[in-house]
Amino acid sequence: MTATARRRKRPDYPLELLWNLTLRELRGKYKRSILGWGWSLLNPLVQLAVYSAVFGILFKATPPPGDPSGIHAYSFWLVSGLLAWNFHLNGVMGAIGSLAGNGNLIRKVYFPRSILPFATSLSWLVSFAIEIAALILILAVFQTINLAVLPLVVVAAVLLMLFSLGLGLLVSAVNVYFRDIEYLTQIALQVWFFGTPIVYNEKLLTNPKTGLHYHLLGIDVLTIEKLNPMYHFTGLFRTLLYHQTWPTFGEIGVLVAFTATSLLVGSIVFRRIEPRMAEEL
Amino acid sequence: MNAMTPPDDSRPTTPSERGAASHGLEPSLLLGPAKDPAIIVDHISKKFRIYDERNRSLKAAVMRGRRARFQEFQAVDDVSFEVERGTTFGLVGENGCGKSTTLKCITRTIRPETGTITVDGRMSALLELGAGFHPELSGRENVYLNASILGMRKREVDAKLDEIVEFAGLERFIDMPVKNYSSGMYVRLGFAVAINVNPDILLVDEVLAVGDEEFQRKCNEKFATFRDAGGTIVVVSHGLEVMRDICDHAVWLEHGRITASGTSGDVIDHYLDMVRSERIERARERIGDGAGASPNAATGTNIVRAEMLHADTRDPVESLTATEGFVLRVTFDAEAVGEDVRTNFGIYRDDGQRVGSFNSGWSAADGPLTTVEMVAPRCPLQPGTYAVNVAIHDHSMLQEFERIDKFARFEVLPSEDRHQSGMVDFSQIWRTA
Ligand SMILES: Nc1ncnc2c1ncn2[C@@H]1O[C@H](COP(=O)(O)OP(=O)(O)OP(=O)(O)O)[C@@H](O)[C@H]1O
Ligand SMILES: [Mg+2]
Repeated sequence: MTATARRRKRPDYPLELLWNLTLRELRGKYKRSILGWGWSLLNPLVQLAVYSAVFGILFKATPPPGDPSGIHAYSFWLVSGLLAWNFHLNGVMGAIGSLAGNGNLIRKVYFPRSILPFATSLSWLVSFAIEIAALILILAVFQTINLAVLPLVVVAAVLLMLFSLGLGLLVSAVNVYFRDIEYLTQIALQVWFFGTPIVYNEKLLTNPKTGLHYHLLGIDVLTIEKLNPMYHFTGLFRTLLYHQTWPTFGEIGVLVAFTATSLLVGSIVFRRIEPRMAEEL
Repeated sequence: MNAMTPPDDSRPTTPSERGAASHGLEPSLLLGPAKDPAIIVDHISKKFRIYDERNRSLKAAVMRGRRARFQEFQAVDDVSFEVERGTTFGLVGENGCGKSTTLKCITRTIRPETGTITVDGRMSALLELGAGFHPELSGRENVYLNASILGMRKREVDAKLDEIVEFAGLERFIDMPVKNYSSGMYVRLGFAVAINVNPDILLVDEVLAVGDEEFQRKCNEKFATFRDAGGTIVVVSHGLEVMRDICDHAVWLEHGRITASGTSGDVIDHYLDMVRSERIERARERIGDGAGASPNAATGTNIVRAEMLHADTRDPVESLTATEGFVLRVTFDAEAVGEDVRTNFGIYRDDGQRVGSFNSGWSAADGPLTTVEMVAPRCPLQPGTYAVNVAIHDHSMLQEFERIDKFARFEVLPSEDRHQSGMVDFSQIWRTA
């Protein structure tokens, strides 16, 4: 009857709101400081300096030579993986914060809640783009840059954003029920960071005497790494920015599969918890 | 057009009918289906989970082997009503009866477990003004942000911006970060955005009283314009007299259920009656075990209790001598009366002769229950039987709110040395001059 005909049409995903919330994040992030956008680069620079000093100089970590780029510098090898990791970390933690920190908004106004983690991810994508742009500039000046990889850098950044968003949706939704998820995630990410060959060369996973991979609980660690999405993502950014060549289709397929799985699981869980968020937060 | 309430007699009773029946209310308190509903609330129920806050961690859940323990609380219980397009609809009831929860279900912030809500038209809610403002951003940036949260497009905001800023009266401050706004400015900007998003339906929860007087006047004008333009309003407020004025229809919620629905005047009258009788009931419990326990006490509608006590012992008194004092005391429901009250006690001899009429001289209303006492240090009356009347008036004594005749009777006992008669017992000193 008419009652059904009048039923409220489901509005489209409010892209305009997504855009405005992203702007809010960005403005909030950069307005507070005089240097503004410049700060965005400070954190990775300091990290880079510290890790380069500790691992590159103290532990004399040697990166593989860039092939075909010919770059052979720990700091460039490190930064191309580290930026990707930081982007991931910010995306996941930002998603948790976007729900936990906007309780007021969620309790009072209706809108699709996933907009909040999504907007946070987008704002980190912007920061990431700035960092990558700075890196490319420095590479162009001090080393070399193969411009043919640039389109794929964009694709890779979007893929990684979506992968982190999927995971972010999952943990941020569960965090609504279990308030300690935020801390557990932080710890898990720390372990994950050192479990991924980012500051160290994956050659370290091979016993130099026997030439065989180490084993963890009877499993070949390299097999474990193959199942680690961030192993592939940091590897992808190294392929693109350090070695400066295109990845194989197989490698891209693996990344798409990881991203799709993460988004799927994340959105299913998020949608289940979404209706109760206003009252649980 | 109504799918859920067809007009044949076989239909199941709606909750409002059942609720009304259980309260013995007349049929005027049943709100029928709307001809052209803007909102249809159809049998919605909402339970909240109340957690033991310490249990809300994964650690606790893992250790206990299950999810956080919670109790359930039925905040909205099978509520149905329809809001006719172009009318103003009110929700009244005590604190915690589920009014805000019902509104939040309509806005979809909270999803009811059962029942459906159909809304036809663009909706804007004045529930939390300025929710989502970012302190670091300027007023202007926040207007765009807030408006898009409320579903407005940038082009629409562009067109409306001047109007919004002017309405909020913040022309000079609009490019300042909102963290520097006063709380009044903050709320005004929020209100200005919410009311200017061109809604067809406006949901208002207790925010009629925001800002200074000037701003309130503007708001009320805006509401009036909105109504005149055919807008639909659902409003929650404890300001019952305002609600009576502005609402066409209302429902009264009690513990999440509809107790009455109908024209706002009827519903609010019944609500007020209930509030009053409950308050008096509570007052009676507090004061004592009802009027019957003491012969010298009585109860009326506004007068919760009138009694006569001994001046020293404060016990109910039925007999005394001329040298003993007494207290006439009345407790009335000042809120029910609605204005300050002047109290009058009259003392009559059993043949109807008026001995005296005593007026408080001032009027008082002090909280819901006001108690006024007249203390007489002596009882200068000749022995006999007397009765006391009490009346409460407005300050000018032109209007009598209530009178209880003979709420107390008392006997004046002869003193030892009786050498007198008549009506009054002067205090006297005899001597040879
Ligand atoms: N998120 C929540 N979690 C648990 N209980 C809640 C939640 N929100 C509301 N309640 C409970 O539901 C009941 C109804 O609350 P609601 O806010 O609808 O009352 P109300 O009628 O608006 O009262 P008031 O007149 O005080 O505004 C209250 O008892 C309240 O404690
Ligand atoms: Mg409320």
